[in-house]
Amino acid sequence: MNEFGGMSNDELRDLYRELILDHARKPRHFGKLESATHSAEGINPLCGDKLRLYLQVDAAGNIRDAAFEGSGCAISVASASLLTDSIIGLHERDALAKFEDVTSSLTASAGDVQRSIKLGKLRALEGVRQFPARVKCATLAWHALRSAINQQATPARTE
Amino acid sequence: MSQVVRNRGENITTLGVRADFPALQQEINGQPLVYLDSAATAQQPTTVIDAVANYHRHDHANVHRGVHALSHRATEAYEGARDKLQSFINAASRSEIVLTSGTTESVNLVAQSFCRPRIGAGDKILITQLEHHSNIVPWQLVCEQTGAELLIAPIDDSGQIDLDVLRALMTDEVVLMAVGHVSNALGTINPVKDIIAWAKQFDIMVLIDGAQAVPHMAIDVQELGCDFYAFSGHKMFGPTGTGVLYGREALLDAMPPWQGGGDMILEVRLDGTTFNDLPYKFEAGTPNIAGIIGLGAAVDYILDVGFDKIAAHEQDLLTQLTTRLGEIEDIRLIGTSANKASVQSFLLGDIHPHDLGTILDHQGIAIRTGHHCAMPVMEFFGLAGTARASLSLYNDSDDIDRLIAAIEKARQVFA
Repeated sequence: MNEFGGMSNDELRDLYRELILDHARKPRHFGKLESATHSAEGINPLCGDKLRLYLQVDAAGNIRDAAFEGSGCAISVASASLLTDSIIGLHERDALAKFEDVTSSLTASAGDVQRSIKLGKLRALEGVRQFPARVKCATLAWHALRSAINQQATPARTE
Repeated sequence: MSQVVRNRGENITTLGVRADFPALQQEINGQPLVYLDSAATAQQPTTVIDAVANYHRHDHANVHRGVHALSHRATEAYEGARDKLQSFINAASRSEIVLTSGTTESVNLVAQSFCRPRIGAGDKILITQLEHHSNIVPWQLVCEQTGAELLIAPIDDSGQIDLDVLRALMTDEVVLMAVGHVSNALGTINPVKDIIAWAKQFDIMVLIDGAQAVPHMAIDVQELGCDFYAFSGHKMFGPTGTGVLYGREALLDAMPPWQGGGDMILEVRLDGTTFNDLPYKFEAGTPNIAGIIGLGAAVDYILDVGFDKIAAHEQDLLTQLTTRLGEIEDIRLIGTSANKASVQSFLLGDIHPHDLGTILDHQGIAIRTGHHCAMPVMEFFGLAGTARASLSLYNDSDDIDRLIAAIEKARQVFA
C-alpha cells in the first residue's frame, strides 16, 4: 500500500493537482464586480455551497470582465477561478460553447480524449471524473455562467 | 464499560459485534471500511437483513386483509413488530404506535393532523435553532397555512439550546413545542425531561424528535411525559422507509386522519366513511411491511446487546475521539456540550469539509460532510458545513486510529 492506500493515491493527486490547489488557495478575480452587467448565483443544494458570478458584457456581446464571490470546496473555488480566467475576452456565444465543452467533458468517460483537447488549462478539472460525487462541485460555476449569460433570475443549480 | 480484546489491534475498545454487520466486512480503496456515518444511517445486522429477506421469501402478502396463510403470517409479523416498538419506548398502548415512513412523516403528521385544524393567528409553535430540517419545515408550512407564529429558541457556542430563552418563550399562546432529543449535527443531548415539564406548566403539547436518540439510549415516553415522540428505523439498524409516531391515545383519537385510503377505514359508503380505530386510522394504504418487520428485528438486536453496554461503549469511544481530535493542530471541534451522543463535528484548518470527506473516503473512511440538514445550526457558527464523525455500537478504537491517521494525510495533501 502506498501513502493513501491501494490505487487511490494517483486518483487523489489527479483531483487535487497543483493548479487546482493554487487556484483554490489564491482564487483569481475573487470579489464583487462593480461594473457587472450580468450576474447569477450558483447553489449546490447538496452541500449548501453558494457562489455568485459577475460578468461585464459590452453591447457587442463580448465579456470584458468577470469575477466571483462565495464559499466552497477547493474544487468549486478552483473551477470558478479557472472559469473567470478563461472567459474574459470571449464573446457570450463562445463562453456558452465553453460551458458545453467543460460540462460534457467532466461528465464524459475517462477515455474521451477528443473532448479534452479544446479545454487547455481547464483540463486540470478532469480529475473529478474519477470522483462522481465531486463533479457537481466542478460544474457549479459553469452553471452560474450559463444562467448569467441567459439572464436567469433564479439561482443556477447543479441538480 | 466496553470490553478490551485483542483481535484487530492491540487493546482495542470494542463491543465485539462488528461481525454481525455484513456491510462492514468490506474494503474500500484497498482498506477495510471504517464507517463513521451512522448518524446519517446505521448499518444493518444480519438478523435484520434476514428478517426482511425471510418475509420476502416466505410470508409476502398484504396485511389485515386476507384469510389465507401468508396474509396471516405477514400480519402476525407486522403487528408483532408494533408490539416490540411499543415496549421499546414503553408506550401505554399499542394503539399509540403509528407506523410511518420515518421521522419526517411522523412530524408532518402531527403538524397537519394535530396542529392545522386547531391553530390560527395568535397561536404559536415553538422550536429551536438546533433542529434538523425535518423538525423545522413542517412547522413553517403549517404556520403559513394557518397564520400561526413560529418561535425559535437560539443555541449557544457549545451547541446547546439556550434554555433560559426557551423557557421565556413558553406562554399560554404556544400550542405545541417540537424539540429534538439529540442533535444530529452536533450530538448535543437536550434535557428533554425538564423541557417537557416546563412546557406542561403552560399546557403546551410537546413533540420530541427522537431520530438521533433511539440508537443510543433507552426511551420511556411515559417517564418523559411527552405527547408525541417521532423516530426512524434506519437510524437504529432497521430498514429505510420505516418509522414511528408515538402519540398519547387521547390526542390521536381526537385527530382527523392524515391520509385517506385502504386500511384506515371501517366502512366506506359513497356518502361517507367511518374511520378505523387507532392506530390504523393513520395508516392508509399497504404499508412497508417488510421494512417494519425488519425494524422489529432491529429492536430485538438492540435490546439483545443492551443499552447499558451500548451507552458505556459509545461514551468511551466519544471521549477517545474528541481527545484525539483535540490533539491535532488546527482542528476546531463544533459542538462541545458536556452531555453528548457519540457524534463529533469538526473542521480541519481551512480545508473545506467536502475536500476532507473525499480524501478520507479514499482511505476507506466514511464520514458525513456538509450542513447535515441543519442549516440554521451551520448559520449560527458561520459555516457552510462541517465534517462529522458519528460512532455506533459496531465502531471500535481502531476506527478512531484510522480516522486520525487519515486526517493527517489530508493535511499533507493540502500542505
